[in-house]
Amino acid sequence: MNKRHKGIQAKQERAGWIYLMPATILLVVMSFYPIIQAFITSFRTGPSSRMKWASPLIWNYTRMFQDKLFIRSVSNTFLYLLIQVPIMLVLAMVLAQMLNDKDLKFKGFFRTCVFLPCATSLVSYSLIFKSLFATQGLMNHILTGLGILKENYNFLGTPGSAKAVIIIALLWRWTGYNMVFYLAGLQGIEYSVYEAAKIDGANSWQTFWDITVPLLRPTIIMTFIMSINGTLQLFDESVNLTSGGPANSTITMSHYIYNNSFGQGVANFGYASAMSFFVFVLVAVLAFINLKVGDTRD
Amino acid sequence: MIKKNRSMVQRRLIPTYIFLGIVSFLSVFPLYWMATAATNSTVEVARGKIIFGTQLANNMQKLLASQDLWGAMTNSFIYALAQTIVALFVCSLAGFGFELYHDKQKDRLFGILLLSMMVPGVATMIPLFKMMSTFGFLNTVWGFMLPAISTAFLIMMFRQNSRSFPVDIMEAARIDGVSEFGIYWRMYLPVMKATYAAAAVITFMNAWNAYLWPRVVMTSKDAQTMPMLIANLAAGYSVDYGVLMLGVLFCSVPTMVIFFILQKQFAEGITGAVK
Repeated sequence: MNKRHKGIQAKQERAGWIYLMPATILLVVMSFYPIIQAFITSFRTGPSSRMKWASPLIWNYTRMFQDKLFIRSVSNTFLYLLIQVPIMLVLAMVLAQMLNDKDLKFKGFFRTCVFLPCATSLVSYSLIFKSLFATQGLMNHILTGLGILKENYNFLGTPGSAKAVIIIALLWRWTGYNMVFYLAGLQGIEYSVYEAAKIDGANSWQTFWDITVPLLRPTIIMTFIMSINGTLQLFDESVNLTSGGPANSTITMSHYIYNNSFGQGVANFGYASAMSFFVFVLVAVLAFINLKVGDTRD
Repeated sequence: MIKKNRSMVQRRLIPTYIFLGIVSFLSVFPLYWMATAATNSTVEVARGKIIFGTQLANNMQKLLASQDLWGAMTNSFIYALAQTIVALFVCSLAGFGFELYHDKQKDRLFGILLLSMMVPGVATMIPLFKMMSTFGFLNTVWGFMLPAISTAFLIMMFRQNSRSFPVDIMEAARIDGVSEFGIYWRMYLPVMKATYAAAAVITFMNAWNAYLWPRVVMTSKDAQTMPMLIANLAAGYSVDYGVLMLGVLFCSVPTMVIFFILQKQFAEGITGAVK
């Protein structure tokens, strides 16, 4: 009897591990192994068919920080990050607060509308915005029609406005996405908590800072990490909305790395790997800082 | 008295209605415009026409003449469907194992697997490309989906949701002689239907919309997906906006349909792992 029981337990033990195996093996082979491989390749140089060790070994990394175009792609990416992410998250929070009002009518309608952009693919919306902001596009028609512009403006052909269009497009696509997180978080807060605050004489601003923000902290950190992660990997928009142009003024890190590995011209897997490893370190460090800053449990 | 109160509340909300109205309009308008442009000629689009026109058939003809639309649609459907089915099976099995058979070692392993969320797609693209070409997986459904099947996000989602699974009935089932896999297949799977639905929606959408990796691994024209096809449409020197927006419309319809039918599951799928 005892023996049989042990047999059953061993079977259970084995089953538990077997269940984990396919997912674990795939993640190791498709994620952990490649990142180590990328790190090794980042010390090599030459065309992909006959690569050799770089000398000095860190050559690709030295080159990276002298490469004006790479530095521009980094600063572009950070520009998108620093301007777009805060605006988007604040807007998402405002919308979520509004939609969580118990007296609001047509809630479902508003929520569906704001959420709808998430259903379009990144390539699709990039192309829609590219067309809307084309020199002969609808935006120019509206702005000249209203008398704001005298003549059609080449939005995507001018560095400053091209960046602005990318930021506007990103806001359009991702605000509703983040709102869904906040809305889910807000709906988890008991209404009685707010009632109690009201009785204690707190105004709505105080209620927001002293009740809502602390309770939503994990969600807010989560959205921050996801947005940083996503922005650092921006690719589809840079490729399809502006093609990185004009003259590479809007190119992102991922786009530049892609061009160096699979774009036109000579593929340089060693150099591209060094840059991509740099992106990996950035993502990891920023996520770590975010978790540390957010984790101020008193 | 109550009536008056209600109208006062609604009056307070007037700025909210206006703001939400504007945001809703701005959210929907680009998609409405895309749909109208698909029915207009490129000249009409450039003239700023924003109502539906009569050029749909014409645009369709041009689109079919320049691109293998049905081929790309079929590819996208097959790849996305295959990825969804396999990813759901692999990740739910792992989530089930991590939560309901958990011990210290498994928890540690889970922590390590979570680190994969930090690995950006662009960093693994070159080694994965080499791997896929070594195995002859370029331009195949395997090349498309293998890197995307197992994700920490989906495993976490199934793990979190497994907490509500009644552990007691597992013991009861074991006593009744149900095998370990039988517990997963005949008990866990039906109970977790809602989680599977949410996971399926989000996985299908991600697979359908994927662009960077498919562009790397699907090098042949016959293997291209819808996002790649519409990117090609826009790449030429003279872009026909009517035809381009019709392509975008085709690329968006499946995900839009899913969105409207399964919005709740989609929202749950997005936020699925945070609980």
